[in-house]
Amino acid sequence: MLNKVLLLGDEAVALGAINAGLSGIYAYPGTPSTEITEFIQENPLARERNIHSRWSTNEKTAMEEALGMSFAGKRAMVCMKHVGMNVCADAFVNSAITGINGGLVVVAADDPSMHSSQNEQDSRFYGKFAMVPVLEPSNQQECYDMAAYAFDLSERLKLPVLMRLVTRVAHSRASVVTGPLRNQNDLSPESDSRHWVLLPGIARWQYASLVEKQTLVASLSEESAFNRYEPSYSRLGVIACGIAYNYVMELGVKNVLKVSQYPLPVSAIEKMARGCDRILVVEDGQPVVEQEVKALLGAGFKVEGRLTGVLPRTGELTPDSVAAALGLKSEPAYAPAENVAPRPPQLCNGCSHRDVYTALVKVLEDYPQARVFGDIGCYTLGALPPFKALDSTVDMGASITMAKGAADAGIYPAVAVIGDSTFTHSGMTGLLDAVNENADITVIISDNLTTAMTGGQESAGTSKFENICKGLGVDPAHLKVVLPIPKAMDEIMEVIRKEIEYHGVSVIIPRRECMNTLNRRLRKQKAGK
Amino acid sequence: MKLDVMLAGVGGQGILSIATVIGVAAVEAGICLKQAEAHGMSQRGGDVQSHLRLSTEPIYSDLIEKGKADMIMALEPMEALRYVQYLSADGMIVTSSAPFVNIPDYPDSGKLERELDSFPNVVKADVAELSVQAGVPRSSNMMLLGMAAPFMKILSPEALRRAVSAFFAPKGEAVVEANLKAFDIGLEMVEK
Repeated sequence: MLNKVLLLGDEAVALGAINAGLSGIYAYPGTPSTEITEFIQENPLARERNIHSRWSTNEKTAMEEALGMSFAGKRAMVCMKHVGMNVCADAFVNSAITGINGGLVVVAADDPSMHSSQNEQDSRFYGKFAMVPVLEPSNQQECYDMAAYAFDLSERLKLPVLMRLVTRVAHSRASVVTGPLRNQNDLSPESDSRHWVLLPGIARWQYASLVEKQTLVASLSEESAFNRYEPSYSRLGVIACGIAYNYVMELGVKNVLKVSQYPLPVSAIEKMARGCDRILVVEDGQPVVEQEVKALLGAGFKVEGRLTGVLPRTGELTPDSVAAALGLKSEPAYAPAENVAPRPPQLCNGCSHRDVYTALVKVLEDYPQARVFGDIGCYTLGALPPFKALDSTVDMGASITMAKGAADAGIYPAVAVIGDSTFTHSGMTGLLDAVNENADITVIISDNLTTAMTGGQESAGTSKFENICKGLGVDPAHLKVVLPIPKAMDEIMEVIRKEIEYHGVSVIIPRRECMNTLNRRLRKQKAGK
Repeated sequence: MKLDVMLAGVGGQGILSIATVIGVAAVEAGICLKQAEAHGMSQRGGDVQSHLRLSTEPIYSDLIEKGKADMIMALEPMEALRYVQYLSADGMIVTSSAPFVNIPDYPDSGKLERELDSFPNVVKADVAELSVQAGVPRSSNMMLLGMAAPFMKILSPEALRRAVSAFFAPKGEAVVEANLKAFDIGLEMVEK
């Protein structure tokens, strides 16, 4: 009998990887990728097989740790949200130059429509950039099947393989038929490790061999069962990438080329073009394929998609936008309701960040020139009413470094607000810059003892922050820990005021456990009794 | 046969538990299911929605097309109204009638109620209050599921009831009993 389980796309990738002989998952939490690692952390077989699954400090350390495991001959997976690719890009791009030993699969979960992100960058560009194969599952079953396929492909090509998910695959559930179990690889480092040493002389050789490998990479894509052209007589051809295939098939469209493996299957596209006079490219994210198909077929052939405005240029695909692009959209029965107001997310009741912002906003009333540089996490919501406390949020760690640059330029007070997990992810190095120049900034590390935004994962620096700051050279006299509770408001405000008045680097650490992890812990304790 | 349900509520109200219980019932019954949900930032007291699709045939799209939903199931009346564009002409709205006000510009409750009542097939009750009265304050979401159960057709109320038991079983017998009680109250309310 077939073994059927109901899984999120993320979970299907995870289970597929476990069953394919994974030895280590390396990741930093990020929506919509977090559940991949969490599934492996909870999975009994993963425990039995001793699969590494502890969180890494950031995506770059994760990528490099996975590369080390691949070096040793074992199968490793790295996963992250799309912007994590920017953090690990150095390691990722160069892992294609070194090549790999044990299978290495990198999973990037893109977030078109920015449900929980600051941009909608398309990770397929990274695959092209690094010249590695990209897999883009269209459904949860493919998420599962592609994990094993990706590891085999990686070991055959001796290259990392990138798997690109989007939110609607990652966070959608469907039943999945599971396959057989494969053993884990044995420890088997290569005897000749020269290709791992990217001195220019070796790197040139390696890069040339990567370029040469592209013919094989392309031909495997042409043959892939995940790319499928079902020709049918129609003047319109539709190229449907990843999840877009579902929206197209839901509408019963014919003459469709399904693309789930890149580089693009060029011969199938040329075949389609010979039989029709117009091609619509349906892809989630940025117009990666549309541009390529345009270049392939030349100016004389009509290619439509997000660039031509047939599909919206921004935001995720929906069944509605795809139906409209195909001229199959009917008007909904009901117009939007009138009595509906936006309900934006907000900081939880009792959250420690609330007390931090209450104090900070009060103190800064006396400093109208002050600017507050924010960071990525729950506390980013401090930018919204009622606090309206933040002047910037850009990327992980940018609070401290932007505050420093602004202070260099003459802004005073320059305040940075960063969470505990974000600080260890990418804030520490910036703090060293600030210390080395004794920049006039006040850094607030709002420590809630967890990575809260993504659901409460362990935070790499918990119980180490004072030592980290001292180690980086922060003057202990200007390193203050406070308890952010409403009762202590006067004391917190006093500390903030004093440290703003100090013209050098100050670090204030308001520390109180996240309400969600606290409640979960208390419930568990109660259940245990 | 198919059933497309738009689930709606406010982060923390228990929308995703309803989705999971229906998922358990669907797998048990051998029915195809796709369920897209929102995680991360959208959960922090903001609006939460989940597209739930059930069918006896394989399902392609993870999302419901506007105008095609057979039902909106909501734990909050304004959140029910937020998705009326998704509702088919003869679709049902099954919702809690109690506003959850955590924003300054929440609409006038009288106007909101009138607009909700202007739709042809509305079933509503204050499940938050009723679950408190019944001594099962944390199970208002299962009461709503009970209210929706007779209209779901593709899954029987008995199958959903079994799924409630199965889903809450790891949390102990008391939790199972509370949720079954809430489910039954919802079901009886509508069947009367």
